[in-house]
Amino acid sequence: MSEKIHGFIYDKDTDGIVTITMDMDGPVNAMNEQYRQAMAAILPRLEAESGLTGVVFASAKSTFFAGGDLRELSSIPRGEEEGQFRMIEDAVKAPLRRLEKLPVPVVAAINGAALGGGLEICLACNYRIALNSPKVAIGLPEVTLGLLPGGGGVVRSIHMLGLEKALPFLLEGTRMKPAQALSAGFVNELVDDVDALVDSAKSWIKANPEAAAQPWDIKGHILPGGDAWSPVISGILSAAPAITFKKTRGLLPAPERILAVAGDTMSVDFDTALRIESRGLAYLITTPEAKNIITSGFFQMNSINSGISRPNDIAPTKVKKVGILGAGMMGQGIAYSSAVAGIEVVLKDISKEAAEKGKAYTAQLFDKQIARGRSSEDNKNKVLELIKATDNYADLQGCDLIIEAVFENIELKNKVTKEAEGFLAEGGVYGTNTSTLPISQLAEASANAENFIGIHFFSPVDKMPLIEIICGEKTSDETVAKAFDYARQIRKTAIVVNDSLGFFTSRVFGTYMDEGARLLQEGIDPILIDAMGKQVGMPVGPLTVQDEVSQELSRKAAETHREMGVFCSKGDNSVNAEISERLIKDFGRGGRYHGGGYYEYGSDGSKTVWPKLYELYHKPEMSIPNQDMKDRILFRQVVESLKCLQEGVLRSVADGNVGSLLGIGAPTWSGGFLQFVNTYEYKGATGPAAFVIRSNELAELYGERFSAPAIAIEKASNNGRFE
Amino acid sequence: MPETAYIYDAIRTPRSKGKSDGYLHEVKPVALAAGLLKELQQRHDLDTSRVDDVVMGCVSPVGEQGGDIAKTVVQFAEWDESVPGVQLDRFCASGLEAFNFAAMKVASGWEELVVAGGVESMSRIPMGAAGGAWLNDPEVNFHDGTVPQGIGADTIATLGGWKREDVDAFALASQQRAANAQANGYFDRSVVPVTDLNGVTILAKDDFIKPNSTMDILGGLRPSFAAMGSMGFDELMLRKYPQLPAIDHVHTPGNSSGIVDGASAVLVGSEKAGKDLGLTPRGRIVATAVLATDPTIMLIGPGPAAKKVLEKAGMTTADIDLFEINEAFASVALRFMQDLDISHDVTNVNGGAIAMGHPLGATGAMLVSTMLDELERRNKKRALIALCVGGGQGIATIIERV
Repeated sequence: MSEKIHGFIYDKDTDGIVTITMDMDGPVNAMNEQYRQAMAAILPRLEAESGLTGVVFASAKSTFFAGGDLRELSSIPRGEEEGQFRMIEDAVKAPLRRLEKLPVPVVAAINGAALGGGLEICLACNYRIALNSPKVAIGLPEVTLGLLPGGGGVVRSIHMLGLEKALPFLLEGTRMKPAQALSAGFVNELVDDVDALVDSAKSWIKANPEAAAQPWDIKGHILPGGDAWSPVISGILSAAPAITFKKTRGLLPAPERILAVAGDTMSVDFDTALRIESRGLAYLITTPEAKNIITSGFFQMNSINSGISRPNDIAPTKVKKVGILGAGMMGQGIAYSSAVAGIEVVLKDISKEAAEKGKAYTAQLFDKQIARGRSSEDNKNKVLELIKATDNYADLQGCDLIIEAVFENIELKNKVTKEAEGFLAEGGVYGTNTSTLPISQLAEASANAENFIGIHFFSPVDKMPLIEIICGEKTSDETVAKAFDYARQIRKTAIVVNDSLGFFTSRVFGTYMDEGARLLQEGIDPILIDAMGKQVGMPVGPLTVQDEVSQELSRKAAETHREMGVFCSKGDNSVNAEISERLIKDFGRGGRYHGGGYYEYGSDGSKTVWPKLYELYHKPEMSIPNQDMKDRILFRQVVESLKCLQEGVLRSVADGNVGSLLGIGAPTWSGGFLQFVNTYEYKGATGPAAFVIRSNELAELYGERFSAPAIAIEKASNNGRFE
Repeated sequence: MPETAYIYDAIRTPRSKGKSDGYLHEVKPVALAAGLLKELQQRHDLDTSRVDDVVMGCVSPVGEQGGDIAKTVVQFAEWDESVPGVQLDRFCASGLEAFNFAAMKVASGWEELVVAGGVESMSRIPMGAAGGAWLNDPEVNFHDGTVPQGIGADTIATLGGWKREDVDAFALASQQRAANAQANGYFDRSVVPVTDLNGVTILAKDDFIKPNSTMDILGGLRPSFAAMGSMGFDELMLRKYPQLPAIDHVHTPGNSSGIVDGASAVLVGSEKAGKDLGLTPRGRIVATAVLATDPTIMLIGPGPAAKKVLEKAGMTTADIDLFEINEAFASVALRFMQDLDISHDVTNVNGGAIAMGHPLGATGAMLVSTMLDELERRNKKRALIALCVGGGQGIATIIERV
């Protein structure tokens, strides 16, 4: 006899065990209004159930329970904290507390992913049995979304495992496989057969009819590993903030709040800790950081990866054989990434020797992984067998994709295009890996401009997750789709943009280095400039990154653009170019791998400012407020991103956000350079309106380049958002 | 004295049961006190860089109350980086001693603006957590003959001839007066709601008061210290008071001060500091006194301290409009009124710690706000505040409206 109550199937067997099979509306079970109604209805029912001997929580979906409803969460505006707090307390926490206080054992039968709220339900059960399948992921990933586990996840993890063991899972949001969850103590038992899951749960109930109380509800319970009075715990609490800061630079409120709740949990009783946890989540929900991370880091990332930027009326394609022209740094990385994905690779360079050297890069990467126990000789050999190193164009015969990755030189690229494209299979795609040269112009060398496309990889290719696909004027939708499918095939995230000088990522990235160069030219200490970049949340400072990219590359790009008559036509990087040219011409400082740039690099890995730089630029009397410097560094890139959207270089906001996060290193908290504008708060305003106020202020103080683009002014005037 | 020390404001948190089910248990002591500093800053648009020092009493300065909590509070309240802080401990007098120190700092002319107060989260850092040789070192204990305070309180009652009905009657009055004062908003100016990080109110008013107390209810409570006394502490006490045949254990949870969480803060400053910052003085500190009496009975210091402070001020009890004696135990207040020959009508007019609780390190400065508010409400001039203190000490302060 079963009954469905707000998506929960309530079924009592002859032994008195009630199985609640969650089968909510929609594809997954989630902690939404329907869930809250279901719990509100089910708890009184369970409490009143006569002859009840146990409860099993199960799922009718392929996942167990997917956690919070992120759309709902990310829509909650500032000022709604109290309402959220009450809702978390009354509609989420109270029912779970009642569940674990039932006088009978409650068991979670975890058949699929139990993440976030899903695991929190399980933690409010007396026993957890999980299916031992790779499909089952268990964890509390809230921190990765700018939130904290507010359904008791923080407090129950700590009371179950102790602070020391629980903290890493809470602060990193680790997704565990079943075996890992078992050894960590988050689940108690694994079963191999999904059909045996509920039976195993019932067997455990029958074997343990007295196991109805949670450890923390048993008199005399002490926190495993100690409470605030334990020297070990106080040691952890005093070191944890520094360890966390090293990762977040104080820019992410969620891990800080998790630590704060964890700290209080060491000093107060279980129920009080739960309430503190609710307050913490209510606080985080309305932070700009959480909204930014959820909007672009989660929703837009998912939509990009599921192909929102790909022409949708074209059947999926797969690359079987890829040809790579040029076995340099980029070519060898592309070869590795393609071969690892099981694609046959032809790696062509001028000499066999150069090509073999490029292939050896794959072997080196595998050797490192093998040394760390993450791969095997067998794997390495299988992948290496897929790569053919050659100096012979004829080996490219039949490739369904050729990627040219030779030096950034138009004539050279044109020559190679003409020589290679004839070997493509029928309908094959010719991609050029360039970060600075216009695709439509390069396509002129091709006999088949519809099949010609920009495929911009980032260095190092094996580590960087992004590919920027650039459509030339004549590039066909089929070609875009194929390039996109290839990117997914090699497990990269791909954004699709239109052809314009510097495309999206290089153009915006250029402004980062340029603003660093301008601060230098104005006389600011180089150390301070780089520190400001890092304080804003960029991976490294603008001067350091210029050294990595190399002044040499910046100089060459400027030279090429001057020859083409397009220098600084999109994105003003004139100061950066000027300083790069000067450093190379007068002092031979071409960058880190050219013997040093802004910095000197010791063989021991040390890095110190090149002393002459102070002589050339530093004005000790020069002082700009830190906040202004940080805003300049950030706003330059945001303004440029807005212009890319305005000019149609960006085809969607999602492409801009994901591209800036993965390709430029936009700070995680910002949600990308367009999302940043949506939640920016300044002088009492929020969103584009606030952004316009501040950017115009910066323009007045530091130059026209900060003026808010028309697209931002328009959004500000109609109180819109970049979506 | 070179300068007059003025009171510019006096505020406190509400008090709540100092156990895990009390409302303020979830609020860490640093946050409890920092909320008051923030309130002081906002109320007066205070330029905190002008504050020379923050002195806070705390009787269990260990764990999260340890490490010079006053300095931590200053930072957590986001006051100017230049503001220092110091925690002091004179047992139950800590809050008033902090206030007296602030007065002395200003009166000496050496500092211009000082915040005094105290904090005690008795639910998170239990009474006695700081230990101390006076309690935990047998050699010291044998030497000093220290006896738990409750037995001292019972001894005071026995000496004074106050029976259970007398102490219960005093307790009932405390409850009734506190309930009346709260209901009529007498505490509203001083009591600052405690909020969470979202600005959501956790507790707005004292919740320890039991307005429905009756003599019957109070009479039904069991004595708190009889068992402890029979362990041998009574014998220790009687060694000093051999004239007594036995100790009458009259104190119960109903006529002793409540264990609660709370914090207090008073802004003390010179005339110049007030003028510079546009602050209006509400009162001034007339005189302070502290002394010690028999450490075994421990709680008879307030009367002598009050006499000392009156003498310093050149006054008599007739010059004082209102008296406030901390209700550590009912007998302490009864003894105080007897020592000074004053009426209950002018003493603890809005109840006290029996009704509202005694957050050890915070109480003294809380009483300053209680008195200041009440002097203003009654349009009276002077108040004398006194507390009994561990080790037989007594403390007293006279304040005056200006």
